[in-house]
Amino acid sequence: MTAYSHAEPLAHDEHHGPPEPHYSSRIMPATLGMYLFIASEIMLFGAFFTAYFFIRIVNGTPWPTPPYHLPVFVATINTLILLTSSATMHWATQSIKRGNVWGMRAGLLLTFLMGSAFLISQIFEYMRAGFNTSEGAFPTIFFCLTGLHGCHVFVGLSILLFMTIRAFRGHFSAEHHHGVEIGGIYWHFVDAMWILVFTTVYVL
Amino acid sequence: MRNPLRSEAEAFRFLIAVVIGAVLIIVAAYINTWLGVAVAVLAVAGLFWWLRQEPVRGAAEPQPPLVSGTSPGVRRVLVVAPPGTSSLALPAGAEVLVVVPALTSRVQALTGAVDDRRGDAEATAAALGAQLPAARVEVGADDPALAVEDALRLFGADEVLVAGDDRMLRAIRKRVTIPVSRA
Repeated sequence: MTAYSHAEPLAHDEHHGPPEPHYSSRIMPATLGMYLFIASEIMLFGAFFTAYFFIRIVNGTPWPTPPYHLPVFVATINTLILLTSSATMHWATQSIKRGNVWGMRAGLLLTFLMGSAFLISQIFEYMRAGFNTSEGAFPTIFFCLTGLHGCHVFVGLSILLFMTIRAFRGHFSAEHHHGVEIGGIYWHFVDAMWILVFTTVYVL
Repeated sequence: MRNPLRSEAEAFRFLIAVVIGAVLIIVAAYINTWLGVAVAVLAVAGLFWWLRQEPVRGAAEPQPPLVSGTSPGVRRVLVVAPPGTSSLALPAGAEVLVVVPALTSRVQALTGAVDDRRGDAEATAAALGAQLPAARVEVGADDPALAVEDALRLFGADEVLVAGDDRMLRAIRKRVTIPVSRA
């Protein structure tokens, strides 16, 4: 608080009963930042999903447009890999909270490897898809939606790489593991987005 | 309300909720397209209901009113003066702290665009400070009740005087146990 005092400061040691000061802002900057981040991601994915629904429902484009086929089996395996990677990420965070450094290291390493497997598998899927973006609305929105998610996975993998390196250098402990926590939140968010992409693009 | 990105554990629970919702939608859609749509609507509604639940029991309950007071023989009065207040009549024989809350609209508070409103409060505080040499004048939080809470945590008072409107008076009365009256 800014004080505009023209009198002697009040003797606070005479106080009777004032409790401890507290954080008084109505919304914490970190929380506001997180909400703005979520809002921006919703708008970003929302724009692509809008295009997808427009092409498929309003335009009535067959999905997938013949003669193309979507590699549903590979995508299902990829989904299982990504969901398992979330479980190992959760294991890593829970481990470091209990002071189990090697549990965290193993969890992060496994998460990174599974995330890499997902991304490599998606690249191979693109190479063998048999269509590209110049062949109509269906391939375009397919590559845009899955590619946008792939970009998020790449960012997540970059974060995971730094987290893993820091973990092996002993930067995290039961008391200080904010870096693992934040990275974990991002990874779960990316996985949740994949569930939406997988459900709408590959399954329904 | 639950913030699904508040912690890694919350985010993991959110992911599990999304997976369960997706599985239900897929199964329903295979049975019948419109059943899938109905389940999708229900799943989204269920997700919002789940997000509205408090993650920690008691976290959403309002805080108890703030108890304040002074030691025997000392009388302190906290005065709340909204920006624009030009003059104040202070009680005699009491130590007085005047708080000028930097009132903002909800949008300004959420977006942090509070500089102009804080400037108004600072101008009022400076004017009142010059006018009332015996009092201490401070700029407080954007919410008057919160400004009073902040002030009382550092300045134990026996009474709060409010120079604002009835709404401000009621909001402050809800938050403190000491007498609150109009200045």
